[in-house]
Amino acid sequence: MLRAVDLTKHFRVHKRPPGFAATMRSLVHRKYEVVKAVDGVSFTIERGERVGFLGPNGAGKTTTLKVLAGLLHPTSGETEVEGHVPFRRHADFLQKITLVMGQKSQLIWDLPPSETYAMNRAIFDVPAAQFRDTLDELTELLDLAPLLDKPTRQLSLGERMKCELAAALLHRPRTLFLDEPTIGLDVAMQLAIRDFVRSYNQRHEATVILTSHYMDDVVALCPRIIVIDSGKLIHDGDLRGLIKTMDPDKRVSFTLTETITDDALAKVGTLLKRDGLRITLRVPEREIPAAVGHLLGPLHVADLAIEDPPLEEILRVMFGRAKDIREAAT
Amino acid sequence: MNRTVRAIPTLLRVGVAETIAYRAEFLIWILTTTLPLVMLGLWTSVAEEAPFRGYRSADFVAYYLATLIVRNLTGSWVAWQISEEIRTGAMSMRLLRPLHPFVAFAASHVAAIPFRGLVAIPIALGLLVSSGASSLTTEPLQLALIVPSLILAWLITFSILFAFGALAFFITKSMALLNLYFGLFTLLSGYLLPLPLLPGWIAQIAEWSPFRFMLSVPVELMTRTFEPADLAIVMLGQLGWTISSLVLALWVWRLGVRRFEAVGG
Repeated sequence: MLRAVDLTKHFRVHKRPPGFAATMRSLVHRKYEVVKAVDGVSFTIERGERVGFLGPNGAGKTTTLKVLAGLLHPTSGETEVEGHVPFRRHADFLQKITLVMGQKSQLIWDLPPSETYAMNRAIFDVPAAQFRDTLDELTELLDLAPLLDKPTRQLSLGERMKCELAAALLHRPRTLFLDEPTIGLDVAMQLAIRDFVRSYNQRHEATVILTSHYMDDVVALCPRIIVIDSGKLIHDGDLRGLIKTMDPDKRVSFTLTETITDDALAKVGTLLKRDGLRITLRVPEREIPAAVGHLLGPLHVADLAIEDPPLEEILRVMFGRAKDIREAAT
Repeated sequence: MNRTVRAIPTLLRVGVAETIAYRAEFLIWILTTTLPLVMLGLWTSVAEEAPFRGYRSADFVAYYLATLIVRNLTGSWVAWQISEEIRTGAMSMRLLRPLHPFVAFAASHVAAIPFRGLVAIPIALGLLVSSGASSLTTEPLQLALIVPSLILAWLITFSILFAFGALAFFITKSMALLNLYFGLFTLLSGYLLPLPLLPGWIAQIAEWSPFRFMLSVPVELMTRTFEPADLAIVMLGQLGWTISSLVLALWVWRLGVRRFEAVGG
């Protein structure tokens, strides 16, 4: 289990305006500002859950992850992960967790990944038989065989990320903190990593906490979403609940067989987008049967799709509201 | 603790692999440790006609070649590594492993020592057959203490540089302080001059500063003869500085790591 109670993390940041005069002034007098990266966040995550952390850049997602993984000392509040206080970084705690950062590497740059794996086996004291089994499993799931003996510097970004994941999981951690694990990867590789994370979660009943800029990662992997903005938790719940609360209307997309006027479309729903014969309407959920009947009847559409609003759109509205509230309060 | 001990052979093996992977940079690093050779050329010409304050030309040859060997075997670059990893956030990855970074860095540095020996040992052989041979000690006890003294000198140097590296938790550009450190090291360790040639009051400071025990003491064990009581005092002094510098390194680390900001990614 993982628990954060009223967690805060503040950083003291040196502020200096641009220009030579400001540079010289900063020699003798420096201005500092306290940045509240995480500001009173509380949540509990049960064993085996897959939770997505969402928020705009600088919202505090990665800082929260780093506090939970024990890299940062919180300014105040309580944290507990796998029965330990993370920042003490007790060996038993580190044995049970892992943190994968898409922009940081633990692989030894000039040596093949197999050398990092051997080193991690020794440091995490993984018994030889378990190490072989786990490495075989990871090699199969991530298709690592051709990569194990190539120097890390010669691997592509996607290959390196797969090797990073394996290095992070060789000691079979029970809690996975994944910070942008698919950043910079192509769609096929993103899918492979997603499938792998889901499979690891199911095989080992591991807890997964994920941040990603790719909404598809979050939608595909995380039944539960925690939204953080400006260091504050603004939503904690399931994805469908978030969407329903923020925007209960559906998106109905279709291609017309012949041109019709906007007025005719307005009888079916609110026009969101028109690209030639390709149309997207916004339709309240209860009016969907009537709208579909109309589209398939008199209008003769060629294809039809009914979807929830895109998560990006929901979040944009959500962060916009949060910003308005903050501005009104100041 | 047992886990750490069990991990050491693998850490050393990976350290050797890393040293070999970085062989070009490593060779350049060894070859740039040339100050003793410059000083050797200078002082042997000064003492060519007559001994300078008791030092004959052969004494200078023995002294500076011994200095070169000790410096090659005990020098460390850990402060730069730690500082860089803290500044860029790469230290995060080490902190996620159940192994104290002091042990991890020490293992990778120890793994490099045999390769430094590849350069230092031929120089030592050259020293024995060259004109400096007459200035080397023949005392069996001193000869036996050279290796332990080198180990302690390495530990003091590594620990102090580890502490300097950990200062990056407090000061982003802590490496500027290292210039001050190297100035003091060069003067007070015997790297520039044999300590008896320093002005009186500086020599007195140098005698009990940690710098002497980082370089000059193993050199002195090779090149001068100690009275038994002096030998005991010097070795106890070196042991004392080893313990103090280890405590300092771990203390600075412990205080500093709380301030780690894990920047990036």
